[in-house]
Amino acid sequence: MNPTGVWDWAFAWSILPQLLHAGVYTVIATVLSFVGALLIGLPLALGRDAAHRPLRLVTGAVVEGVRSTPILVQVYFLYFVLPQAGIVLPALAVGVLALSVHYGTYVSEAYRAGIASVTQGQRDAAAALGLSPRATFFSVVLPQAIPPVVPALGNYLIALFKETPLLSAIAIVELLQTAKIIGSETFRYNEPITLVGLILLALSLVSAALIRRVERWSYRWR
Amino acid sequence: MDLVTLLLGGAAVTAKIAAGAAVLALLLALPLGLGRSSRSAAIRVPCVAYIEFFRGTSLVVQLFWLYFVLPQLGIRMEAMTVAILGIALNYGAYGAEVVRGALQSVPQGQVMAARALGLSPWGVLRHVVAPQAMTIFVRPWGNLMIQLLKATSLVSLITIADLTYRAYQMHQLTMRTVPIFGAVLVIYFVMAQCIALATTLADRRFGRWRHVRAQA
Repeated sequence: MNPTGVWDWAFAWSILPQLLHAGVYTVIATVLSFVGALLIGLPLALGRDAAHRPLRLVTGAVVEGVRSTPILVQVYFLYFVLPQAGIVLPALAVGVLALSVHYGTYVSEAYRAGIASVTQGQRDAAAALGLSPRATFFSVVLPQAIPPVVPALGNYLIALFKETPLLSAIAIVELLQTAKIIGSETFRYNEPITLVGLILLALSLVSAALIRRVERWSYRWR
Repeated sequence: MDLVTLLLGGAAVTAKIAAGAAVLALLLALPLGLGRSSRSAAIRVPCVAYIEFFRGTSLVVQLFWLYFVLPQLGIRMEAMTVAILGIALNYGAYGAEVVRGALQSVPQGQVMAARALGLSPWGVLRHVVAPQAMTIFVRPWGNLMIQLLKATSLVSLITIADLTYRAYQMHQLTMRTVPIFGAVLVIYFVMAQCIALATTLADRRFGRWRHVRAQA
């Protein structure tokens, strides 16, 4: 095939299946990274508000350090350092790990805000009822801490999703990397890169709408 | 020693791109944020469309589009121009939301009172809304500028020799992963802290009006 002109519909149509298939990897990377961030965020939030001072300081330093440096550099760092430490992971796992840690620090701040929003009276009442600190946290504080921060978490999910194209830098065959491959094979970048932008736009608009629904659902628990 | 010099050269490129993009983003964000809050649909709708488009598609993809697709449409720009423009277009959209948030923080009663006192719409904005919005504006804008600084690392993917690019290149040559990327992370961290410090100072300067408002 020899595409012509500024925009060739037949060419665009022919590469669409390949791009949509790559879009599946983008979605997988997003979902795994977000779940990772939600899990990593909790110990970071607890550590930063811990009574133990050294733990608090170390967690604070980690969170601030990760948040103040570019995710791309962190991706490179993990991608090159882990094999030197004898840990050989597929590129996708490294990308997911880097995104999880990076967004975990953001998520931890959202958790902290949510936990701080639970009034002292709730904790006092739980203590008066004889609940252990552990039960107080997991059954009383946490269920009330999460719903108010669902909108913030949703925004991080969309932000994370839009970061995934940078995974092309470590040759993960997600949307943008696929577009680059098509471009280098056909010498045409117009269609592949434009289509990637449109697919991302469509996915982020859909997920934004979904998140608004989750928000409304979470308000019921207030 | 050589390593440090090379990295600092990259850091200078990063700082130049960040500064240029920050200024342009502010110039974009102000009219977009105002337009976004406009009551006239003819002004509001294009602003919303711009903001949602640039926030909805990824910055990396936008940079690639400007770098690879625009030349095929006959528009050629230097990579450096593409970098600054691309980041500014994207962060202008995010910045517009910061501007809008700050404007909305000013109680509607203030606007009505100023109008009742006979101030023109421009006068209301200039003397009543803007000074109060400024107190709310500084912190989120500072946070956004730290995001912008971090986003400049993406220009390394369109062949600009910024800090990240230099690190990648030197790593390919020497394979000294930890010192190189460690130093780069520290440099970015220090640059981000500089922005945070500037934000705190600016907030102290403009934030003092918050107390005036609390007393009033």
